[in-house]
Amino acid sequence: MIGALAILLILQLVGEVAVRWSGVPLPGPVVGMLLLFLGLRWRQELPDTLRAVAETLLSHLSLLFIPAGVGIMQYGALLSQEWLAVAAALVLSTLITVAVTALVMQIVIRHSSKVRRDE
Amino acid sequence: MNRIGDIWVYLAASPLLWLSMTLAVYLAGQWLFRRSGGRALFNPVALAITLLVMLLLLTGTPYATYFSGAQFIHFLLGPATVALAIPLYLHWDRVRRLFLPILAGLLTGSLTAILSAMAIAWLLGGSPQTLLSLVPKSVTTPVAMGIAEKIGGLPSLTAVMVILTGVIGAVAAPVLLKGLRIHDDAVKGFAIGVAAHGIGTARAFQISGLAGAFAGLAIGLNAVLTALLAPLIVALLPFHSVP
Repeated sequence: MIGALAILLILQLVGEVAVRWSGVPLPGPVVGMLLLFLGLRWRQELPDTLRAVAETLLSHLSLLFIPAGVGIMQYGALLSQEWLAVAAALVLSTLITVAVTALVMQIVIRHSSKVRRDE
Repeated sequence: MNRIGDIWVYLAASPLLWLSMTLAVYLAGQWLFRRSGGRALFNPVALAITLLVMLLLLTGTPYATYFSGAQFIHFLLGPATVALAIPLYLHWDRVRRLFLPILAGLLTGSLTAILSAMAIAWLLGGSPQTLLSLVPKSVTTPVAMGIAEKIGGLPSLTAVMVILTGVIGAVAAPVLLKGLRIHDDAVKGFAIGVAAHGIGTARAFQISGLAGAFAGLAIGLNAVLTALLAPLIVALLPFHSVP
């Protein structure tokens, strides 16, 4: 389990260093994710402990957002001044984004299966 | 009475109290969520945040003190992002077959998230700082904070926007997708991930492992794309003089 955690942390570390060294505008953890993905594809197998640790982390992903979310208490004044703009922007934009993404994907899937007569 | 005072002095200075409280409140939120039959309105994250904010205000604890304990949980966002490679690896065949739809959904979704949020806030009189802090709202927290810093938004305000977005997406997206008659779990997951990052992904994993994998893929891809797009879009704005 410690080994699996070490893999995740070290890949994040490599990602952070690579991003700073190269100046590529990518987030370090995302580079770490790409490296882990390439490593798994290359080895063609997923160690059980790594899978277990990853599944534990990902099944409690929402826990990890709580500390930053509590930061809302610092913005009481700003949010009460601009609550309408912020609330409308967040709610509408999130709904529109879900709808646009899903509908575009659905249309492209239908179109490409029509063209290829696959699926 | 003095002893209680002493204990509080100890607890107030140690990271232990708020670290434990964060875990306890999260577990309580999950328990309530399950008791309510998984009803989305009881979003465990929103519930936990509300409870913690009330506790902090009641005890007069500043956010910095809270965060010095809770940062150990916050820190795990990094390795958790790296771990998203695993569902991606497990569902790679499906991802490869859907390459074109994923690319199309990602591009339109990412642009829609940025532009619609800014446009709506601008129309309703949001300040430049608010608009800039909204730009990366659909991207996972650590990445969004980095983007906000680069384009002149407030990183800690962005973190709050990101989390509110995640909660809204987690609560509303499954209902919306049902209304739109989207039945493919891959499409559902990807759309939730593009719009509502990790909190949406936690919800997508409850739909199915496939939906979760596609949501995870969307987090990574949208983080990369938004990091590239945000500075370009902001450079085109009339008020990018904000430091």
